[in-house]
Amino acid sequence: MKPILEVQHIEKEFLIGGEKEPYVALRDILANPLKRLREPPKQVFRALDDVSFNVMPGESLAIVGKNGAGKSTLLKILSGITPPSKGRIVCRGRIASLLEVGTGFHTELTGRENVYMNGSILGMRKAEIDKHFDAIIDFSGVEKFLDTPLKRYSSGMQLRLAFAVAAHLEPEILVIDEVLAVGDADFQKKCLGKMDEVSKSGRTILFVSHNMPAVQNLCTKGVFLERGKLKFQGGIQEVVNMYTKNINASMNEWIAPVTKGRHSCICKVQTQVTGTQPFHKLKVITTIAVKDDFPASYLSFYIGSLDAVPLMEAIPKYEPFIKKEAAVDGEITIISELDLPPMIQGIYTLGVWFGSSHTHTIDWQKEILTFEVTESPMEGRTIEFPKHAGFIAVQSRVLA
Amino acid sequence: MEYIIERQYKFSLGIKELIRYRELFYFFTWRDIKVKYKQAALGFMWAILQPLAMMMIFTLIFSRGLKVSSEGIPYPVFALSGLIIWNVFSSGLLNSANSMVSNANIIKKIYFPRLIIPMSSILTALFDFCFALLIYIGVLIYYNHQTDWLRVLYCLPLSLILTVTTTLGLGTMLSALNVKYRDFQYVIPFMIQFLLFVNPVLYSSKIFENSWMEWIMKLNPVASAINLSRSAFTGNPIDWLSVGLSFGVSLLLLFIGVYTFRKTEAYFADLA
Repeated sequence: MKPILEVQHIEKEFLIGGEKEPYVALRDILANPLKRLREPPKQVFRALDDVSFNVMPGESLAIVGKNGAGKSTLLKILSGITPPSKGRIVCRGRIASLLEVGTGFHTELTGRENVYMNGSILGMRKAEIDKHFDAIIDFSGVEKFLDTPLKRYSSGMQLRLAFAVAAHLEPEILVIDEVLAVGDADFQKKCLGKMDEVSKSGRTILFVSHNMPAVQNLCTKGVFLERGKLKFQGGIQEVVNMYTKNINASMNEWIAPVTKGRHSCICKVQTQVTGTQPFHKLKVITTIAVKDDFPASYLSFYIGSLDAVPLMEAIPKYEPFIKKEAAVDGEITIISELDLPPMIQGIYTLGVWFGSSHTHTIDWQKEILTFEVTESPMEGRTIEFPKHAGFIAVQSRVLA
Repeated sequence: MEYIIERQYKFSLGIKELIRYRELFYFFTWRDIKVKYKQAALGFMWAILQPLAMMMIFTLIFSRGLKVSSEGIPYPVFALSGLIIWNVFSSGLLNSANSMVSNANIIKKIYFPRLIIPMSSILTALFDFCFALLIYIGVLIYYNHQTDWLRVLYCLPLSLILTVTTTLGLGTMLSALNVKYRDFQYVIPFMIQFLLFVNPVLYSSKIFENSWMEWIMKLNPVASAINLSRSAFTGNPIDWLSVGLSFGVSLLLLFIGVYTFRKTEAYFADLA
């Protein structure tokens, strides 16, 4: 059997360091023909570098990698939106992708009209839409508002309608990009169910997600991208392990944008997640630039969710232990370790406070870094934890 | 079905693909028309009111005030014969030139033959033409104008084909340029205003007889289309030489436009 998708040595380059806007103002070209000649050659950024893999019919493949690894670019090339700079892809089936959920929706049109508009943009024939119309409406649950303009819909309703249309596409290859990040828990469950159904019906799925449990549920194989390169491909368990390890091993860093001031301040913070749930730890390396005199101080760390809900605070040493005299080359480095509670998967923010007492703050950098928790806090649970139930999954046991 | 995604070096029109996606022409046009008139209280009435109001103001200024010659037919009939063609050109050009930028969100996310977008925005302009034509028939009846309908039957479609070819050529070219250079967003409305005075919409092209402008009029496809549509109602002889020449010009424009468009099309998603 021939693979349904053959990705062969794909490369995609972007020019960076040119104009700020991707489009050019004619004025610049007319006014500065010479400047263009003098300008140093633009830097080439390689978003994808020699990526090759095959997908067999009926396989569901996960594409994982950190932000900026080139996943979205790969999907864009696969769906034909942008051409590769080098290499080629042989497709033996129609590709449709769910990264365009709701594309072509127009707020002035009614729900019914939008289903037709969206469906046809996604590549469905009118006859096909007619055939699936009832099923689409049923799935979306907006039948009462079919003839209401879309602008009166809540964003949740819009999303449900959009997903319903996309879910009824019948392509041989379905590309799904992190659509589950939105919608309420109920709808997410419905979507996952639908995708499961699609994959069981023998269609080929490419799934891009940061949600490792969902990836494990849905896919049998995976590829792992790092900085545009294909790092690893193989069974899903190995890929997920690799991704988790990679995320944790990577050092996250924040450097103060300006340290030219005359006052002492936090100039660099690095973090690293170590260990495995429920006993994972966050290592924080804080560097303080010593400029002027300051009283003996201590540090406090703030951890919050991405939507700015404060979750917890940690004070590694509750006494003023940082003294100006300890500075080496004008810097003091403090390495701290935080025992994290069992937390649900997701990205969290970190802030660092530096001061001598409750009433004296020297520097306070809020939400400067993020770290990701990729493992499930509960062994054996692969279904995602809903955020509305809180962020910490407390360890518990049955006593009697 | 097997196909290959790779960088395109060869130029092709992609007609096969356009046919495969033919339903999208209908949907894009339908959407634009629907959205255009949906929020207006008078709805489709605007398609009628606009040319009617234009005709009235032009009659007032050019016929009553400036006493412009109208080749022996009532001025409203004269002006409208030019306006219906001019409106197809001006709104078609304006719509199609902006179409790629205004549909950027779709272009960035889904693949389909991009040519559908500027093409269907010209189809939208043709929809307005149908309403304007109704008005025109009304005006003809009102002035009890003797019309050679047989002649109208071949002059008007021919004139329309000439206009649409020209609009498509310029529209695709400008829409591609507009993605790259946003300056065209400001240039185009100005250009259309300018062209209104260069084309014989409001006056007779006879005023340029025996001057160098006459040749510009002969080569200019829009002017030629207007003269063609007008001669159906005035009974003046048709200048077939001008029709032939300007057809050549419009086909050249179409080729340049579509070529530019197809050449830059692949990078619209990166630029838009």
